[in-house]
Amino acid sequence: MSEYVLELKGITKIFPGVKALNNVQFQLLPGEVHALMGENGAGKSTFIKVITGVHKAEEGEMFLNGQKVDFKGPKDAQEAGIAAVYQHPTSYPHLTVAENIFMGHEIVKNHMIQWSTMNAEANKLLENLDADFDAKAEMGTLSVAQQQMVEIAKAMSTNARIIILDEPTASLTRSESEKLYRLVDHLKEDGVSIIFISHRFEDMYRLASRVTVFRDSQYIGTYPVDGITNEDLIKAMVGREITTMYPKPEVEIGREMLRVEHLSRVGYFKDVSFSVRAGEILGMTGLVGAGRTEVVEAVCGITRAEEGKVYLEGEEIHIRKPADAMEKGIILLPEDRQKEGLIMSWGLGRNVTLPTMGKYAKHGLNDNKKEREVSRDLLESVDTKAVDIFQPASSLSGGNQQKVVVAKALGQEMKVVIMDEPTKGVDVGAKAEIYAIMGELAKQGYAIILISSEMPEILGMADRIVIMCNGRKTGELMRDEATQEIILDLSMEKTGRKGAE
Amino acid sequence: MEKKSMWKKITGSREALLALILILLFIIVTGFNSSFLTPSSLQQLIKNNAVTMVMALGMLCVMLVGGIDISIMSTLALSGMAIGMLLKYGYISGTILPFIITIAIGTVCGFLVGMVISRADVPPIIATMGFMYIYRAMGYLISNGGEWASASALGSFSDFATTKFLGLNCVIWIVIVCYVFFYWFMKWTRTGRKIYAVGSNPEAADVSGINVKNIKLLVFTIMGLLSGLGGALQVGIYASAMPNMQKGGEMDVIAACVIGGVSMSGGRGTVIGALLGSLILATIVKALPLVGIGSLAQNTFKGVLILVVVVVNIILQRISDRNALKGREM
Repeated sequence: MSEYVLELKGITKIFPGVKALNNVQFQLLPGEVHALMGENGAGKSTFIKVITGVHKAEEGEMFLNGQKVDFKGPKDAQEAGIAAVYQHPTSYPHLTVAENIFMGHEIVKNHMIQWSTMNAEANKLLENLDADFDAKAEMGTLSVAQQQMVEIAKAMSTNARIIILDEPTASLTRSESEKLYRLVDHLKEDGVSIIFISHRFEDMYRLASRVTVFRDSQYIGTYPVDGITNEDLIKAMVGREITTMYPKPEVEIGREMLRVEHLSRVGYFKDVSFSVRAGEILGMTGLVGAGRTEVVEAVCGITRAEEGKVYLEGEEIHIRKPADAMEKGIILLPEDRQKEGLIMSWGLGRNVTLPTMGKYAKHGLNDNKKEREVSRDLLESVDTKAVDIFQPASSLSGGNQQKVVVAKALGQEMKVVIMDEPTKGVDVGAKAEIYAIMGELAKQGYAIILISSEMPEILGMADRIVIMCNGRKTGELMRDEATQEIILDLSMEKTGRKGAE
Repeated sequence: MEKKSMWKKITGSREALLALILILLFIIVTGFNSSFLTPSSLQQLIKNNAVTMVMALGMLCVMLVGGIDISIMSTLALSGMAIGMLLKYGYISGTILPFIITIAIGTVCGFLVGMVISRADVPPIIATMGFMYIYRAMGYLISNGGEWASASALGSFSDFATTKFLGLNCVIWIVIVCYVFFYWFMKWTRTGRKIYAVGSNPEAADVSGINVKNIKLLVFTIMGLLSGLGGALQVGIYASAMPNMQKGGEMDVIAACVIGGVSMSGGRGTVIGALLGSLILATIVKALPLVGIGSLAQNTFKGVLILVVVVVNIILQRISDRNALKGREM
């Protein structure tokens, strides 16, 4: 009999083109709360899905109570007593709370679902959690925090011996988190082992006895929580060298171009203010779900903010739809190139001239010759590697696709360029080229907002860095005062936000 | 605050709202024509719409998983025509055997549709469009290119549609049995709830170990089965079988579901909703001539009604989504 309830060895999980987990190990003691930490994309969520049988690892072994197990699907893991509460509630919005709790293990007698027993049982669980809603409520009408509670009740209802909580406190308020802590304590007393993923240090100190850190899909180490400091952990989580691939040019920073004041949108972000000047690169960072993309989408008129003001060159502007923003010279290069940035089946030339077609048209007819010349010039200016302008965008690599998106923006009269994760899914060589183009744009006096989750990129390229967390701006740093540690610290939800000891 | 709880009640129970609309309709129509609300006229109403009502149950299942099926009336024609020809040329006789044959043919048809959709991942509208042509053409083929089977050719088969059992027409009994069974099936069995789960959140269903593909296969098979039953009913009620039966009728079935509050994107809809939806549609179609709206304007009215229902649904959904977002604290 092994001393661990759960042990994983040498787990490697490969998704097309990416190693999401690389030779990872993990041990869980009986009745312990074990924190799992790491940056975005460190592989935590994939790891959880391997444990719960959602993903199948290419390599590695898993032992449950010393016995080798091989889960074919989520059902096997459930039956083995493993329950997971995922980061994004995996609920059924149209069904009642009771059904959500008992989905997959309904209380059945004579092939009939016993609704009254199920509702009563669900209410009992909810009472334990101090929930303020009834088992008959429809899931979709509940708040995220309440839905989270249902998910936890669901895990409890299966009598699981191992419960995995994937960022359970991310959408909870302080008092709700406190409730959750008490609940976890309670589960621990019952001898349940818990794996706890969180970006809040507070959660870890309060609950966990050991912490395992992942970085870049790899296992870094397991440490006892007693005696560990924020600094140690952050170092373990980021600890990598910044290479010199960031050709940040020295640019004279000019007048203010865009200023956003007290922008709010219910449920997405609240009271966000920032400004960006000509020739400046403003970095916006934070963990996934912090609300960065949502803020710029509101600025560009893709969604609408309820409150707040936007100024362009000192004058207040009212943007109601994306065309307004484009007309005023605020250009967004969206995160999802394939979906929002390009029309993949079209040729490059057509893609580049799409927003400006009107300019070359004569009497309502497209001037094909002019269009081709313009697009060729623009594509050459960003050094796109393509056979000709008729090659479909889908045939290019990620990096070259991004260049086409930039060329498309260059064709318009730009003042402010917003780049949302411009190097996502782009190889290292093309990344450097995109940074060079970014530097070039700054030199030409455009104001640039760079949204990125990649810390080296933000530190390497930005003049000023805005950090967001959970829909709020939590800090603003100048280039020379920013370090990975400070940024990560500000990106994480916690009390005593300023002094991290 | 009071206004909000009112809204919540309405969004919470669409069935109550639909029942209210149906009652209002009955009152209005009776005001125009007092012979409308007699037991025999109501029985006639249900009998004339039995095919749509029964098939709405299958469409409910299909739409609950976010699908749609426009091949159903071709399946109906194929299965109905099959027994029509078999009866006409004397291969079979009686009532029970033809029913079994139509249901078997329908089930096979639905199973094939379900296989293409669940295993090859073809979008339901495309897959069923293909089968709509295939099955309809097969109906023509087995009819030797357009032969009819008239009342005399059918023999005693269609007698059930004019026979009463315990004071009610047999067709109505079939409708009642179907609705009672499905009410039980959708609410009280695990399989029924799995259909809801798959429609509400397919990824979550997958994670909680539900075989999403098999559920999709199941709903299209159920739809086929009911289309086969519909074929026998159609032939019985109208005492004739022809290969172009119910051409275009699939839209009435879909409309009944949509009016009954079944969401096109899956997850939302009830058996009671399907019942009320098809009754409302049937009442309106019957009432329009009574209140002086000609048959040409009827479809316009039907279209407007469907659009109003869908738009109201969307508005109610937005309100409840927004309320849910407000609960998120920052």
